Amino acid sequence: MSAAKAHLEQLPRGLQVALALGLLALLAFPFVATDFSAQMAARMMILAIFAMSLDLLQGVTGLVSLGHAAYFGLAGYALAFLTPQGEAVSLWWTLPAAVAASALGALVIGFFVVRTHGIYFIMVTMAFAQMVFFLFFDNKALGGSDGIYINFKPAAGVFDLENKRVFYYFTLAVLVLVYAFLRRLLFSPFGRALAGIRVNEHRMRAMGFGTFGYKLAAFTLAGGLAGLAGYLWGAQSGYVNPELMGFHMSAHAIMMVILGGTGNFAGAIVGAFAFESLLHAFKDLPAIGGFDTGKHWQLWMGLFIVLVVVFAPRGLLGLLDRVLRRKERRDE
Amino acid sequence: MDFANFLIQLLNSVQYGLLLFMLAAGLTLIFGIMGVVNLAHGSFYMLGAYLAWSLAAKTGSLALAIVLGTVLSVLFGLVLEKLLFRHFYHRDHLDQVLLTFGLIYIFEEMRSILWGDNVHGVPIPQVLSASIPLTDNLSYPVYRLFMSGLCIALAIGLYLLISKTRLGMKIRAGAFNHEMTEALGINVKLIHAVVFALGVGLATIAGMIASPISSVYPNMGSQVLIMCFVVVVIGGIGSVRGALISALLVGLVDTFGKVLLPQVAGMLVYMLMAAVLLWKPEGLFKQ
Repeated sequence: MSAAKAHLEQLPRGLQVALALGLLALLAFPFVATDFSAQMAARMMILAIFAMSLDLLQGVTGLVSLGHAAYFGLAGYALAFLTPQGEAVSLWWTLPAAVAASALGALVIGFFVVRTHGIYFIMVTMAFAQMVFFLFFDNKALGGSDGIYINFKPAAGVFDLENKRVFYYFTLAVLVLVYAFLRRLLFSPFGRALAGIRVNEHRMRAMGFGTFGYKLAAFTLAGGLAGLAGYLWGAQSGYVNPELMGFHMSAHAIMMVILGGTGNFAGAIVGAFAFESLLHAFKDLPAIGGFDTGKHWQLWMGLFIVLVVVFAPRGLLGLLDRVLRRKERRDE
Repeated sequence: MDFANFLIQLLNSVQYGLLLFMLAAGLTLIFGIMGVVNLAHGSFYMLGAYLAWSLAAKTGSLALAIVLGTVLSVLFGLVLEKLLFRHFYHRDHLDQVLLTFGLIYIFEEMRSILWGDNVHGVPIPQVLSASIPLTDNLSYPVYRLFMSGLCIALAIGLYLLISKTRLGMKIRAGAFNHEMTEALGINVKLIHAVVFALGVGLATIAGMIASPISSVYPNMGSQVLIMCFVVVVIGGIGSVRGALISALLVGLVDTFGKVLLPQVAGMLVYMLMAAVLLWKPEGLFKQ
């Protein structure tokens, strides 16, 4: 499998049509589905935004962050701190403030981590995320291990997020906007430079690109976008706890990106929906005899992840690509 | 802080540092020689603690449990290497991260199915249950001294194995130049299996000897794994000497941080890592 094929940046026409159909389905979904499933879909959209933000690092720039959930959680906490006990807070200023908090966190941590490469980057991003986790976990003033309730969802005029349908469409709009923004960014000079860093950082430096600045900018931007998702998560669930920043959350995001296919943002969306659906399917497994198969969902998820890595390391898109090529070869 | 108190904290920090070294040494060796990042390394620590608990309950002796557990874990390491890890030595770090993350889930659930989700305690063996009195009301438990002693013995053993024996020479040669070593007729695959099993064995022993003082609980591997990452990053990946020095440093900072600056204790170790990264992005003893 050639690198170019595996790294699908330009989406084929068929895939674009499929994405448009998916968007239509999401637009119509609240009218046909139960409240509960619409809420689940909104949750998946939030995770899709989170996965896309990680894809900017993992798929585009080639930086595998195992601590991306820290920035997701920071914005959720920012919303929790900004929401007063007795009333709703304005969406207009809390959303930018929460995103800024995440971006600032990513900027500070990024200043240290983007100096490192490869395996160090993985370990160090994970370690710093754990530092943020323990900062909130250990301090009662920051909510401690129990987390904080957000009693009122943010509101601004017609955008009253307390209304479930408004929340759904607001999230969908954010998803579409983030996707459009990242697609444009991917083909902008900045995005090309990031892709260049993934392919060969030394060559980019030799050509005069300050790769440290580019990587730090990408890390900060990805952190801010993860914050956007974290804010929506906090608003939807009405509750934040340190688990949001935990290392399982970060690893799940990596898995979403891998599952869908990296480097084009569409894969991250597909992967987020696929991963979450699978997670719920595993958790809902019935008990067989005395053995509660749903309770042991981690076993199935673990086996699934191992199988994907062993047999389909380039994600579902890559697997499809390989199968199609084998067929092509047979046809020739 | 008076002298007796200081001495207790110092001994605790050395004991914690040495325990971290047992884990970090395996992690750094496996990475340095095979190029594999193993997130499931913390699971071996947990496995060790549960093995110690269940075997000690069955045999009635922690010492016997440790011997049996070590044999079992080395066998487990060999099987795991042969079935899975061997095929990932030349793969992307990303694939290794995902594989070993999947393994964490699998190991946790196997633990849950085999041993349940309860917290357990392992009694300290009778002969080591005494305490050495330092002042009228302060004393230091003999078991902790025994732990440190055992870790030091194993560290010396590891040093002798790597630098003085024929096997150690082959390990170093394999790490330095894989193809050349193989061309000289040395079975590098076997060496890799041995190193992997050694890493698993050290992590499991760490879990077993820590079980009487830390209790045995689900997910006990994750926190220790991240501390090991910090140790390995500070020490420099692949360097066993770096891991030892950095583990002792982390032990000191963590233990004294909790006493002197309790408000920020959880973050101090990470700040130490940040400072080292600014100064030497590849760790103190990068090979």
